[in-house]
Amino acid sequence: MGGSEEVSSVDLKETELTLGLPGEKSRDSGSSIGVKRGFSDTLDLNLGSACSKGNEFDENEGDNRLKHPGAPGPSPPKAQLVGWPPVRASRKNAVKNSCKYVKVAVDGAPYLRKADLELYSSYQQLLKALEDMFSCFTIRNFFNDGKLLDPVNGSEYVPTYEDKDGDWMMVGDVPWKMFVESCKRIRLMKGSETVGLGTFT
Amino acid sequence: MEAESPVSPLPKSLKPSETASSWSSFPEEVLEHVLSFIESDSDLNSVSLVCKAWYEIERWCRRRLFIGNCYAVSPPIVIRRFRDLRSVAIKGKPHFSDFSLVPEGWGAHAYPWIAAFAAAYPALEEIRLKRMVVSDEALELIAKKFRNFRVLVLCSCEGFSTNGLAAIAANCRNLRTLDLCESEVDDFGGNWISNFPDSYTLLESLNVSCLISDLRFSARERLVSRCPNLKSLRLNRSVSFEKFSILLEKAPQLVDFGTGLFGTDLSNEAYAKLSRAFVGCKGLKSLSGLHDAIPTYLPVLYPLCSGLMSLNLSYATIHSPDLIKLLSHCQNLQCLWVLDYIEDSGLEVLAECCKHLRELRVFPSEPYVQEPNVCLTEEGLVSVASGCPKLQSVLYFCRQMSNEALITIAKSRPNLTRFRLCIIDPQCPDYLTNQPLDDGFGAIVEHCKNLTRLSLSGLLTDRVFEYIRKYAKKLEMLSLAFAGKSDLGLHYILAGCKNLRKLEIRDCPLGGRALLANAAKLETMRSLWMSSCLVNYEECKFLGRKMPRLNVEVMDERGHPDSRPDDYPVEKLYIYRSIVGPRSDSPEFVWTISEDSGSPL
Repeated sequence: MGGSEEVSSVDLKETELTLGLPGEKSRDSGSSIGVKRGFSDTLDLNLGSACSKGNEFDENEGDNRLKHPGAPGPSPPKAQLVGWPPVRASRKNAVKNSCKYVKVAVDGAPYLRKADLELYSSYQQLLKALEDMFSCFTIRNFFNDGKLLDPVNGSEYVPTYEDKDGDWMMVGDVPWKMFVESCKRIRLMKGSETVGLGTFT
Repeated sequence: MEAESPVSPLPKSLKPSETASSWSSFPEEVLEHVLSFIESDSDLNSVSLVCKAWYEIERWCRRRLFIGNCYAVSPPIVIRRFRDLRSVAIKGKPHFSDFSLVPEGWGAHAYPWIAAFAAAYPALEEIRLKRMVVSDEALELIAKKFRNFRVLVLCSCEGFSTNGLAAIAANCRNLRTLDLCESEVDDFGGNWISNFPDSYTLLESLNVSCLISDLRFSARERLVSRCPNLKSLRLNRSVSFEKFSILLEKAPQLVDFGTGLFGTDLSNEAYAKLSRAFVGCKGLKSLSGLHDAIPTYLPVLYPLCSGLMSLNLSYATIHSPDLIKLLSHCQNLQCLWVLDYIEDSGLEVLAECCKHLRELRVFPSEPYVQEPNVCLTEEGLVSVASGCPKLQSVLYFCRQMSNEALITIAKSRPNLTRFRLCIIDPQCPDYLTNQPLDDGFGAIVEHCKNLTRLSLSGLLTDRVFEYIRKYAKKLEMLSLAFAGKSDLGLHYILAGCKNLRKLEIRDCPLGGRALLANAAKLETMRSLWMSSCLVNYEECKFLGRKMPRLNVEVMDERGHPDSRPDDYPVEKLYIYRSIVGPRSDSPEFVWTISEDSGSPL
């Protein structure tokens, strides 16, 4: 698995999504911000980020290819896998007082997803979750003017949302709690269309 | 419509000695009467296969129908075969849609079924739907077209609003049951309940626990008061503490009650009232809800506990010491759903006190947190398995497991029929030995000879599938995640599990070779789901073309599979047997491989 892990992580690098702070290097530095890192260390499966070819599995590999994430040492924050653990949506809210589901659309993606904003406590967490959901598309890092491109068609995506007044705004402008309160739906827009957003305040 | 005799008379040329034995000239009416006692669907299916005469009689007699996959058959075919159905149950989306793995808009629309039934079965009384998209228009049809409509159960459905419910309430004069069991409803407020006419008194069962807003209080109170046969009432969390004590007083005959919020500050008077109300419900057997329960108020339940058979505490954020106090009163408990706040210590008490326990489900309070927030380990499950001789059904979320524990569970509880274990960390090995959990699960399938449902988790190689092939003869449903090493695993399952009906797999390194090698097996199953595995498009095409009675549906968010090389894995694959071929309502991200065309529809 050692050999094929190299190959597939090279493939993955081009397509992996990150949301890093300005000036931060990509996953070479072992940064824990990378979306799939925690899990891809333990398993070479494409979990939805399927832009690269399917991985080969070396059947001779013993158990030592697997580093148990609970092993000694600080474990990287795990990427949240879609639908795992298998807990129904109604049950996720069992220990919370409320839930705030909003529909999430990505320009060009054929189907919508739903996100429960109450699950997150910051923009960072939300955007990481969105990256997981729509792993084929990159999301523009709004902290950083550097644009990330979708390797398939070279377009960038910007997170926007529709607020209570029906206006489309850029995600990230208002404090998190205020955003959760006022957000009705989210749309990851193609970069070119975001000109003029939020300018009429 | 008039019942004409469907049975063709015996050909006169046959000599009596050449006819089948005397039952072929058995009077129809007698045969019909006999058949009316047969309840099992599979038995009725067998009856219809005996001979043409029996097939015909059975067509006319069958009153209840269960359709396990709405796309396996079509409304016209059902209507052509069965002449007079009174009760229909239909399932739609694959089970993994519960965990957001099936994209929105996939399908499973109820309307075409209901419209067809409205025309063909005006005497239809019961409709039960699971994981289907039900529109308000569909509900309005039900409300208007079935004179004697009695039972509506919408389990994990979506697509409708309280407006549809208003139509049901206003028009279904004979309604007995309205059960919205975990459906997603567009909730425009609680006024719909006022649509039940004042003259309506027949309600027996109402489950609105999935609704968000509070039902209009006065209307609900009057409804409960005037329905003496109300046995089951499940409210939602918006119903305040004081309100439901009033409801309980009006319905002391309740057998099943789901509370709303169980925790706000109560005055002494209100507390006493609540206490009295619960004591008054002497026949209460099943209790659920208890949202945000405040432990101080749990004692109002103590008088009921010894009568309780089913307790759903999975929305109650009560911790172990209070749970222990409550459970120690519940000697007759048969079914417990609880959060992992119960901890190992609580499960030990459960094992000591509740010797009649048949079903246990332990849900995670913090499913997305890696570190354990409570002390719930494999030991809790071992205690219950060892201590509860009647335990048959287990669903258990935990963060560590060992082969040793699984082997102990298997040996002490060979009567297990359903075993679903979810170790929260994918690919988590035996925490004692760091080995895969193959042997542990192997012991489960070896000892539990009547196991019909199994969900695996943790670190697993192909060996666990060898065990499954060898031992899991009665297995009907198997769920896998992050398991296995090669296609061999899938081959073992398909070749070995004679009774397998449903197989659902996610994130396993399994390719399509085993599917192709076991293609015929797939026709004996209801469905197969594989997502984030290694089945490639070429294999899907081959399978789809080779097996005309299988619908091979490929789902891919990246666009048409033709836009990628054939050896790329597909994102999601759903294969199911069908006698009606590819469906016509697939959304744009689903492609069904057809035997006719080189490329999918």
